[in-house]
Amino acid sequence: MKVLALDTSNQPMSVALLVDQKVIAKKTTATQLDHSVQLMPTITELMADQQWQPEDLDRLVVAQGPGSYTGLRIAVTTAKTLAATLHIQLVGVSSLAVLAGSVQTEGTFVSPIFDARNTQLYAGLYQIKNGQPVLVIADQHTNIPDWTAQLNAAGHPVTLIGELTRYHDALADALNVPATFTEGDANLPDAGVLGKLGMPLKAIDDIDSFVPQYLRLSPAEAQWAAAHPGEDHKNYVEEV
Amino acid sequence: MPKLGKVRAQKEKTVTESRELILAFETSCDETSVAVVENGEHILSNFVATQIKSHQRFGGVVPEVASRHHIEEITIGIRKALTEADVTPEELTAVAVTYGPGLVGSLLIGVTAAKTFAFAHHLPLVPVNHMAGHIYAARYVEPLTFPSLGLLVSGGHTQIVLMKAAGEFEIIGDTRDDAAGEAFDKVGRVLGIPYPAGKEIDRLAHEGHDTFNFPRAMIHEANYDFSFSGLKSAFINTVHNADQRGEQLDRADLAASFQASVVDVLVTKVLSALERYQVKQLVLAGGVAANHGLRDALKVKMARFAPQTKLVAAPLALCGDNAAMIGAAAHIAYAKGDRADMSLNADPSLEFPWLTGVEA
Repeated sequence: MKVLALDTSNQPMSVALLVDQKVIAKKTTATQLDHSVQLMPTITELMADQQWQPEDLDRLVVAQGPGSYTGLRIAVTTAKTLAATLHIQLVGVSSLAVLAGSVQTEGTFVSPIFDARNTQLYAGLYQIKNGQPVLVIADQHTNIPDWTAQLNAAGHPVTLIGELTRYHDALADALNVPATFTEGDANLPDAGVLGKLGMPLKAIDDIDSFVPQYLRLSPAEAQWAAAHPGEDHKNYVEEV
Repeated sequence: MPKLGKVRAQKEKTVTESRELILAFETSCDETSVAVVENGEHILSNFVATQIKSHQRFGGVVPEVASRHHIEEITIGIRKALTEADVTPEELTAVAVTYGPGLVGSLLIGVTAAKTFAFAHHLPLVPVNHMAGHIYAARYVEPLTFPSLGLLVSGGHTQIVLMKAAGEFEIIGDTRDDAAGEAFDKVGRVLGIPYPAGKEIDRLAHEGHDTFNFPRAMIHEANYDFSFSGLKSAFINTVHNADQRGEQLDRADLAASFQASVVDVLVTKVLSALERYQVKQLVLAGGVAANHGLRDALKVKMARFAPQTKLVAAPLALCGDNAAMIGAAAHIAYAKGDRADMSLNADPSLEFPWLTGVEA
């Protein structure tokens, strides 16, 4: 099975080609280049090197969120368009699970964390079982006091992973379980890990409805929802 | 012997083939649109999903909300456009996409989907300026002949554009502040008309009279530029002052007076440009081109003062954002050799160049 895996959830970008469980090509960048500018050329280059044609692909695995709204939409739009037009299988994987999946030590509790700006976080808790991250506390939009309280209540020693320099001290102060902070390259997403996580998942049936897992309403929608409790959020878009 | 694999050269069909089929994408604001256009002149399909109802909740387009809707609609649009046109990807000649101007998050959905589709099917990619698309909506009325002038009036733009030849656009006049369509929406808010307010103001205006004599900014200046923020302020002040006196002003007269000011300025500047640039056609395009007051006034005034120039107004159904107009503009761009590679990015502030020597 030929697999293309892509992650543009945050500032880094990672793209990988896999044949079944084996990564055969991969590129990860941590620069601030626009994902819109670099994603397609990267896919094109990696596939040309392997002499793969788009129609050779069997499965697309995309990091579905949470993360930067615009970033998520680049990879998700690419993945759903390719999947729909070439009738390729599509699966989405949590962007937080991708980071957690880079931790190898069996049994470790891993909390991947993304900066959601304004002292907010996206975070989840996973445990590595049989080499795979297994969800313990669901991915969520949260903040430092709330998330550290949940980790403290869970009571496990935890490995925190992500670009956490800004929040390192605040997290360390609030946690009363043993905490390890990963450093350097471990904090970059790895599309090879993503591809492997996506391999056993069931392909999406309804590609049209496949959208990023933002885990948060836009501010306008949140205000509107608060002012209009119980009102339907659907059917605002009409074909004319 | 090295294995050549299945590497194929990107197909570049020539325009001499009888059927040039372009799949066009347009997602610059709050409409997700995908169209199939044959030879730049026949619309085989034009899928348009509008988000107006969603943004009405907020009184105007909210960019993040727009982007989220676009990604929900984009693959539906591709499929429906191809199905309705009864065209397979293999039959297509090229993929075209609006890459600016517009909302960056919205543009990115169309740009990303178009690049991906072109990659998937080994097709050339044609980048299109959204404003060129608006002008080429008029192509579906009759072929454009050159030189011509374009009056582009929308929620984001108010420009007079000189076209010396097909696919060449140079600005000779622009708004210094608000776009005309923006003024319609702001005035609409004061009148309690939901966004987009243009259609309702146009309707009300036909029931009223120009009794308020709002200012006609820059109308006598020796340039082709516009300003609508003074008009908007005059309108708002008039309504607020009446409110404070407990006076109720006639809404139809307010609408008529506002619209008369906008139309007067647009028509006067266009006639002055038509006197300076002897052109074959005046193309009226953009969302505000659907305004009946503007269409009628241009028709009457041009018949009298610029009879040598033909007024070609974009069809009412194609004045708003749609991908069919992008396909028509792409037909010209494709013939000129305009191509984008896989690094194409959205350019939210893309503009035509100014005609040399005319810069404000």
